[in-house]
Amino acid sequence: MSLHDFLFGAFIYLTAAAIAVPIAKRIGLGSVLGYLIAGVLIGPYVLGLTGGEDVLHFAEFGVVMMLFIIGLELQPRLLWSMRSAIFGLGGIQVALTAFFIFAVGLSFSLNWREALAIGLVLSLSSTAIVLQTLQERGVMRSEPGQNAFSVLLFQDISVIPMLALMPLLTVPDFWMGININEADTSHSMISHLPAWQRAPLVLGALVAIIVAGRYVLRPAFRYIAESRIREAFTAAALLIVVAIALLMETVGLSPALGTFVAGVMLADSEYRAELEMDIEPFKGLLLGLFFMSVGASVNFALIAKDPLLIAALVVGLIVIKLFVLYLLGRVFRMQVNSALLFACFLAQGSEFAFVLFSFATQNRVLSQDLANELIAVVAITMALTPLLLIAYDKLMTRKLQAEQEEPEYDEIDVGETPAIIVGYGRFGMTVGRLLSANGIGFTVLEHDPSQIELLRKFGWSVYYGDASRPDLLHAAGAEEAKLLVIALDDREQILAIAETAQKHYPHLKIFARAYDRRHAYELMNAGLEHVYRETFGSSLDMGKDALQVLGFRAYKAHRLVLKFRSHDEQNLRDTVKHMDDEEALITESHKAQELAERLMREDRQAAPDMDDTDWRAPPPELRERG
Amino acid sequence: MKILVLAAHPILEASVVCRKLLAGIRREAGITVLDLYERYPDFNIDVAAEQKRLEAADLIIFQHPFYWYSTPAILKEWTDLVLEHGWAYGRTGKALEGKFLMNALSTGGSAEAYGETGKNRYTIPEFLAPIAQTAALCRMGYLPPYVVFEGRRLERAALAETAGLYKDLLCGLRDDKIDPKALARYRLANNAAGKLYGVEGAAP
Repeated sequence: MSLHDFLFGAFIYLTAAAIAVPIAKRIGLGSVLGYLIAGVLIGPYVLGLTGGEDVLHFAEFGVVMMLFIIGLELQPRLLWSMRSAIFGLGGIQVALTAFFIFAVGLSFSLNWREALAIGLVLSLSSTAIVLQTLQERGVMRSEPGQNAFSVLLFQDISVIPMLALMPLLTVPDFWMGININEADTSHSMISHLPAWQRAPLVLGALVAIIVAGRYVLRPAFRYIAESRIREAFTAAALLIVVAIALLMETVGLSPALGTFVAGVMLADSEYRAELEMDIEPFKGLLLGLFFMSVGASVNFALIAKDPLLIAALVVGLIVIKLFVLYLLGRVFRMQVNSALLFACFLAQGSEFAFVLFSFATQNRVLSQDLANELIAVVAITMALTPLLLIAYDKLMTRKLQAEQEEPEYDEIDVGETPAIIVGYGRFGMTVGRLLSANGIGFTVLEHDPSQIELLRKFGWSVYYGDASRPDLLHAAGAEEAKLLVIALDDREQILAIAETAQKHYPHLKIFARAYDRRHAYELMNAGLEHVYRETFGSSLDMGKDALQVLGFRAYKAHRLVLKFRSHDEQNLRDTVKHMDDEEALITESHKAQELAERLMREDRQAAPDMDDTDWRAPPPELRERG
Repeated sequence: MKILVLAAHPILEASVVCRKLLAGIRREAGITVLDLYERYPDFNIDVAAEQKRLEAADLIIFQHPFYWYSTPAILKEWTDLVLEHGWAYGRTGKALEGKFLMNALSTGGSAEAYGETGKNRYTIPEFLAPIAQTAALCRMGYLPPYVVFEGRRLERAALAETAGLYKDLLCGLRDDKIDPKALARYRLANNAAGKLYGVEGAAP
């Protein structure tokens, strides 16, 4: 491919994405459908600008990256707690769906080998489409989201035995040894080895990933982070994904599975957020490319030949999947709504089907025509998923008319992390300790590796990240959080983060540390309501003690400080409009000082006999008698 | 009649009765609820703002648990600070003249425990004499208290019922369907429920 071809291809895909996706999103179809439609439009049957298939293989790497990111968000403990969903729900789903499709296939006079191959392949759902949709809708952590994810995980694992099974279905000579990748185009270097030698290699590769994830990668990342060169970190992040994918290919495992495992191993490391953020844009673009190439590879000529058959197959596949998934959802004790949503999410064919069907034809299990038809069916079911979900939404909004009673008070959600603290030095740490002492979880972002090391030694969960990057907030969970505490010591950065957060996450309450009065003005001018001058509180504490030592009674000193404080804060708010006019500021400050003194003087004169001027009201009986 | 409810509960989040009563009236037009411990956690009461609030209301309700036969501390602080001489009472203090004051409170003890023969020896109105006199000195009318007895032992249904009665009482007063002068003849506002605001099965 020449440079010109490459640039032209990139131009076509990027244009299509830039036009179709925002439109699709705006009219409520979601980005996945937008990409698919864009793909169809630029594909060979509409505009004919691209073939699609060659890009498809390249773009599948987006799926690999996505699983790495998902792994990063899933701590081993969490994964372990999902084991029954993965193997129970996932296992039964694959078996049951495959069985139904197998039965239908037999009744359509396919031989049992064809029917079995088709049943197995079509039992899979699309990791790419489902996960993208789950994230876009923000339901990854909900019950249907978690269960859908568990099923997908099992399906990913089950691709490996399916690949092994295909050659066995080619009739008679399966004594010749199981050469999984004989007909495949993959680069497996160990495929010539017999199975008993290969198994330990495969296991060894997985163990290597786990061990490296635990013990090698973290120090390596620390070393790179200390150099403070962002690109180096990004390169290292990409390197991990590429290296693991390569290793997995070599031993004939799913690269997506390998990077997922690596992601899980890094999930509780301090570099999680930064890694996620570095990979995210690559993943997003490649995944978009992937969806577009799926759209472009839909063979409309084939569909036009027998549209009724294709339509029947599409409907049949979706109905079988919905039925099995809904049933399982109910058996696994999901509510009707959740089970239905769970079923809608997973009721499509998988991108693995493209690989597996071509693999099956190479192994002479399926005829080329049949495989092509099935691939078209899978692509259409993928495209229908967003529409299915829109239909589900319509149904539910009608059902949800029922009155929802608002909770009287916000519950404190202790399990999740409702707060993000940026900067965990002298200031942020005090805030964090108070929250943590009261059982509130939070995410900490720090940019100083040595500080992180220290904090981790004391058992804090702290993440590395240069918080002036806007997308870091996303990786830190700004969508779900309620509060953002900015406690850095760099005034410019505080302002920059506050502005970014306000723009992208208007729901977040933002508390900002202000270096001094001037900085407080700047922050308030940027629209912040909650600004905390960093030495104000402790100087007032000291001032109170000073008053006490100099003869004021404790309670009076306490109240004078409260008064002074609210007075000063009011003055800060009143004078913010003069922040750039030094002269006016000085005049205002004189005025405020005079006013304060006058008020206090008046108080003293009005009630010379009282300790605290606010108790001008003596108990009624005293006053009435007097 | 505009109603201002001054709610005082230092641990409202753990309260059973107070929260339920408030939930019923919080969103009613013409009824303003001020959660004193939430507004003034440091007891630094803004006297001018509170006086303004009082001027806008016709009926002021202290809603609180019955702590040591009286109100929680913040209500006392509020009284000490806000009801200033020359404003609330005294020769020129007429800001509250003609308004009404009332307590809505919840007790741990039973109705029987409050009386000459009960272990608390005095009735609730007797315990509330200082507040009644405060109202009188401020030229206000004092209405009989609405009392939820044995708050911690109430079943859900009974709790919902008493919250409903409370809401009916307040709404009735707000809409001038209940005459405060008629209400003032009862010992407890609870007793008036059946007769004054047409609700069956009022607690004694």
